[in-house]
Amino acid sequence: MSALSLLPARRPVPGVFVALALTLAVGWLVVLVDGGQLFNQATTVSLLHVAAGLGLVAVGQTLVILGGSLDLSVAYVISLSTLVAAETMNGSDGALLPAVGLALAVSAGVGLLNGLLVTRFRVNAFIATLGVGLLLKGYLDSNYDGPAGATSPALVQSLGYQRVGPVPLSFLLLLALTGATWFALSRTRFGHHLVAVGGDPEVARLSGVRNDRVLVTAHVLCSLCAGLAGIYLASRLGSGAPRVGTEGLYDLESIAAVVIGGTALAGGRGGVVGTVGGVLLLASIDAIFNQLEVDAFFKQVIRGVVIIAAVAVYARRALRKGAW
Amino acid sequence: MPDPPVPLLTLRGIGKSFLGVRVLDGVDLDVAPGEVHAVVGENGAGKSTLMKIVSGGHAPDAGTVEVAGARQAFRGPRDAQRAGIGIIHQEFNLLPERTVAENVHLGHEPVRRGLVDRRAMRERTRELLASIGETELAADTRVGRLGVAQQQVVEIAKALALDARLLIMDEPTAALADHEVELLYGLVRRLQQRGIGLLYVSHRLTEVFDLSDRITVLKDGRRVTTVATADTCTDDLVRHMVGRELSSYYPDRAGPDEPGPVRLTVRGAGNRKLRAVDLDLRAGEVLGVGGLQGSGRSALARALFGVSPFTTGDVTLDGRPVRLRSPRTAMRAGIAYVTEDRKGEGIVPRQSVLDNALLAGRAVFPARSGHAARARRVRDLLAAVEVRAAGDDQEIRFLSGGNQQKVVLARWLALDPRVLLFDEPTRGIDVGAKSAIHDLVRRLARDGAAVLMISSDLPELLGMSDRIVVMRDGRIAGELPAGATEEDVVALAVGHTPQSRTEIDR
Repeated sequence: MSALSLLPARRPVPGVFVALALTLAVGWLVVLVDGGQLFNQATTVSLLHVAAGLGLVAVGQTLVILGGSLDLSVAYVISLSTLVAAETMNGSDGALLPAVGLALAVSAGVGLLNGLLVTRFRVNAFIATLGVGLLLKGYLDSNYDGPAGATSPALVQSLGYQRVGPVPLSFLLLLALTGATWFALSRTRFGHHLVAVGGDPEVARLSGVRNDRVLVTAHVLCSLCAGLAGIYLASRLGSGAPRVGTEGLYDLESIAAVVIGGTALAGGRGGVVGTVGGVLLLASIDAIFNQLEVDAFFKQVIRGVVIIAAVAVYARRALRKGAW
Repeated sequence: MPDPPVPLLTLRGIGKSFLGVRVLDGVDLDVAPGEVHAVVGENGAGKSTLMKIVSGGHAPDAGTVEVAGARQAFRGPRDAQRAGIGIIHQEFNLLPERTVAENVHLGHEPVRRGLVDRRAMRERTRELLASIGETELAADTRVGRLGVAQQQVVEIAKALALDARLLIMDEPTAALADHEVELLYGLVRRLQQRGIGLLYVSHRLTEVFDLSDRITVLKDGRRVTTVATADTCTDDLVRHMVGRELSSYYPDRAGPDEPGPVRLTVRGAGNRKLRAVDLDLRAGEVLGVGGLQGSGRSALARALFGVSPFTTGDVTLDGRPVRLRSPRTAMRAGIAYVTEDRKGEGIVPRQSVLDNALLAGRAVFPARSGHAARARRVRDLLAAVEVRAAGDDQEIRFLSGGNQQKVVLARWLALDPRVLLFDEPTRGIDVGAKSAIHDLVRRLARDGAAVLMISSDLPELLGMSDRIVVMRDGRIAGELPAGATEEDVVALAVGHTPQSRTEIDR
């Protein structure tokens, strides 16, 4: 199979990359005028680190949203995963692999619960995953007051701080995960069926797709991604952190990145490449404002405007497509 | 057609009850390879239940289903698919965001070394499309960009991809424009030549006569008769279906004195889809609007109701100039609009019958005499139009098309409209409910409303209208008096000398 035929034939460059390029160009200029330098080593590295953390979550979030579902529990899964990983490692490199495995297994378990609630028990995804998230919050709040455990030094040195030039290992991990997910969506039955379930569950069912199985799988994968993000954050922080997920707003930010990336919130349309664009856009805005040292409140306002504008643009486009 | 050796499908003594209500009772039916077997009957006659039993959606309480001589007990649609039965629903089961190839192979994507083989998918789609004579459709096109007729082709290819030997078509022309119907005819014939049997459910008797080899009439869950199409005629068929003569379909037209003063005038009006429209609509008359799909008929109604308003020209209502900028202003001016797309624009499927009937009044007019009084009035209207529902609080999506339409009518009647715009008021509605709607329309005119009725159903247009205007390319091409012929309408609609509308190949 030649590399060329792997490329999606008809999809144009998602608009989010145009927006990203514009943002970076304008940001670079503004920072330059301000007397700074946007693309110096330190800012680039920190931008890519921010993007890696959010990106790992958002790739998983893309899967469930494509399938017409949603996952609000990711922030708590992240926190839980940092703790499970760091406490199991307890500062030793020997426990690295079992700890990673356990953190991912726990995450997958949460995903399975989410998936079963959404499919078998027909609980609305918003409510089901919010409920599971609160459940985890209760556990975390009552058992932890602050950082716990210690991440294995090997993991901190590799996933946490290792770089190839200005590109952190974690960002390469994100790119690999994105590639694998893109491939799964376009070239496996699971991918085709997931998009079908999100597009129209009834059509999928009548075409012989096992909707429930597909959605449960998507939820498990989403939670696994969140668990992976947790392991990454543990490697950055050096310990487990019971509130890192919620303080980082990973639930809403990941959904925002997915939507900015052009995936329809109702499911059935979009993809993981756009999501990475959305993640980079959010991370760039962050980096630019950090450079300019603007007020955090103003930064939030701008992010809000970007999210709303993105959704409005996509809605208009959908309207034009639907018009006849 | 003489008895073939092994029919594709044999149904014997099929019975089915829901909650103790017998919906089907001892129905026999068989379909031979290459045969088009039409099933007709009023809504509630049991057609759709029968089709669901054949396609695995319901299990019968009694009787047997045999496919090519082998007895079957379907547990779900997948079992029926595996036995070679495909169904083309009235609403398409397609994903607009996915390509033709992806839709055709959904649920059974070809896999090579664990991965979806996209090339094989495209190839096979092309072959399937070519086998039913469709060579222009690209397998990579997004389905949402296709027209309704092409989407139907994709549906059929999707069924054939599963090696369907028997295809069920449920009202296949309901969504098609006139010229697309011809394409479907060709498609049906090609399927026939391939030895595929077709069960063809339709309300449109013209099609049934054009296409079918045999016709089975269902009434109240029983089979009334199965006849060779060549041995019967429309009148016979309608008698079997409703026990009534064809001529009694349409209520009497307005007498010479009935049309009153001019109520609505349109002068030189236009918008993006309409040009220089002049129109007079009198109180007490039914003005028919004919023309091809896309000729501006619906655009006219939508402009008058303020959905896509006129941008030029003048409209007066009872002598006073009005500006119809939005549906709200149109309703306040006393205009009501029964849309063509009942499911999409007419009803709120998950709301109750009562809420649907109250919708427009609640939205636009304050309840002058109290909410309870308004609800009482609407209940009376629902009873007057004879809506058959389990109760006012039943969700409207569970009603038949005819009953849904009656609820929509009741909604507008509650507003005492001076002008009523009907766009395809009986599309997808069975014969019995059709004539009830016709009676209602006429009664409204008799009570002094001005009625404008768009219809693609020529017998209906001719039978109901006191006058007919025919549209072409966004203009009014001409006006015809009552008693005009189908040929007159078509000649104006296509813009040249008379020719016959349907060529019946027999």
